[in-house]
Amino acid sequence: MKILRNYIDKIKPKFEKGGKYHMFFSTFEAFETFLFVPDTVTKTGSHIRDNMDMKRTMAIVVVATIPALLFGMWNTGYQHFLSIGESPEFWATFFFGFLKVLPIIVVAYVVGLGVEFIFAQMRGHEVNEGFLVSGMLIPLIVPADVPLWMVAVATIFAVVIGKEVFGGTGMNILNPALTTRAFLFFAYPTMMSGDKVWIPGLLKGEGIVDGFSGATVLGQAAQNVSEFTNGVGEKIGGWEMFFGNIPGSIGETSTLAILLGAVILIYTGVASWKIMFSVFAGGAVMGLILNAFAVNEFMALPYWQHLLLGGFAFGAVFMATDPVSGTQTEKGKWIYGFLIGFLAILIRVLNPAYPEGVMLAILLMNVFAPLIDHYVIEGNVRRRMKRMKLTA
Amino acid sequence: MENLVNIFVKSIFIDNMIFAYFLGMCSYLAVSKTVKTSTGLGIAVIFVLGFTVPVDFLLQKYVLAEGALAWLSPSLADVDLSFLSFIMFIAIIASMVQLVEMIIEKFSPALYSSLGIFLPLIAVNCAILGGSLFMQEREYANIAEATSFGLGSGVGWFLAIVGIAAIREKIKYSNVPAPLRGLGITFIITGLMGIAFMSFMGIKL
Repeated sequence: MKILRNYIDKIKPKFEKGGKYHMFFSTFEAFETFLFVPDTVTKTGSHIRDNMDMKRTMAIVVVATIPALLFGMWNTGYQHFLSIGESPEFWATFFFGFLKVLPIIVVAYVVGLGVEFIFAQMRGHEVNEGFLVSGMLIPLIVPADVPLWMVAVATIFAVVIGKEVFGGTGMNILNPALTTRAFLFFAYPTMMSGDKVWIPGLLKGEGIVDGFSGATVLGQAAQNVSEFTNGVGEKIGGWEMFFGNIPGSIGETSTLAILLGAVILIYTGVASWKIMFSVFAGGAVMGLILNAFAVNEFMALPYWQHLLLGGFAFGAVFMATDPVSGTQTEKGKWIYGFLIGFLAILIRVLNPAYPEGVMLAILLMNVFAPLIDHYVIEGNVRRRMKRMKLTA
Repeated sequence: MENLVNIFVKSIFIDNMIFAYFLGMCSYLAVSKTVKTSTGLGIAVIFVLGFTVPVDFLLQKYVLAEGALAWLSPSLADVDLSFLSFIMFIAIIASMVQLVEMIIEKFSPALYSSLGIFLPLIAVNCAILGGSLFMQEREYANIAEATSFGLGSGVGWFLAIVGIAAIREKIKYSNVPAPLRGLGITFIITGLMGIAFMSFMGIKL
């Protein structure tokens, strides 16, 4: 560690103003702060008691995704071996998934950070840490078998059009990770939906057990069946949905692992518990309404199962709580979260084109988040004006 | 009744004038700088669409469509005036816009001056003529359906313009690259909003 520090200190003057490589200062600065937390403090005047900066916030979110990531790796392997009729020991299962997921993470990070560095370099600002989270979330919301070049193309689109044209981290209107997912979904629908994409190796179809089906639970629900099964015909009940050993995107299946992450996020105060709670509340309300007016099996799916299935929990915990693209006002958070949950279930059940509505519901509410904030603030202003008039 | 609600909801979200057909873009892009003015323009558009579509519906049904003049005398039963529909629709729209303009000028001079040229230009807003032509093409059965379609399209347009106005207010302080400032970034935002609105495509009511 000492050696690294000394080396960085040695080359630092070359990158500072007047140095030979000053044009690459933002790149240098980014690497330095990635490796070492800056120790510059204010000398006079007001002091910040805790250096809770963006870097630490982002690091906490990345830590919070780890349970979902590890579970996703195991589940990827588990589903694959289920499809070829083998049941190796735990570590072999995990290792298979690890090798499947790691390249996606590497591609998302390298491509996304590459674009960030290029933009920072050209526009002369510092590289922001915002992408550390997006780069972690992107692998978690794609199917394990997704071609890597698609991940790369979609990441470039999301970072350039979704974020950098607005001025970088903190300025975007849509969540970059969800933009990636939406781009993939609309540009390459065959790789993003259907029965075959969720389990590695199923598209190639080599050595698959006879009669194996890779349909997700929501995919089955959209066919109006009421008894869900996994690939080899074992029944999927509420406990399996909660635990998460079912087909789906890498990180979204296990509600348990996601809740672990949620505990970390809420305990550290990084994400808003109001948004998480109201997303679940909105989903439950819509689920109950659909149950009450059920005319087919999908509408009759118990409301609490909706909250466990698909990307609902993942979206509620990691996507909807994005502090940049969500609402900023406290009252707005309740409205925003509730509408996400409500619309997610609505789209999921009533729109035959998409068996999964969480991604689009969150994107839609991202679009309207500034408007909600505007009306909340406007309402505050009006109420205070009224109070002023009453006292005067 | 259920049918009317369906048409209303469908024309707001699924067949949204901006995000499904990209109609009425000129004033949508130009007047969406603040939420306040865009709210005013949005309400004006709701009002104009809510009136012109049913009026044009009556016109279509009793004057323009093939055989529509039969109620005057049986000898006119084979007259087809539908080639006149563009001109007639535009005339109705223009007079309606004139009316809205007078009302706004009287009751809210501030809004009148901030909307500026775009208020009279509602007359050539493609969303308005588009509304009437969609009404003609989709052959709504009665005037109630046409009204609910007109109002729904207006509300959809209103939602779109206040939505983008709030976003533009929010990104006012963003460090947008210089070549994209203004209209460029607005086009990009519209595209991203369109992706989000695709969530409703394909819902059948």
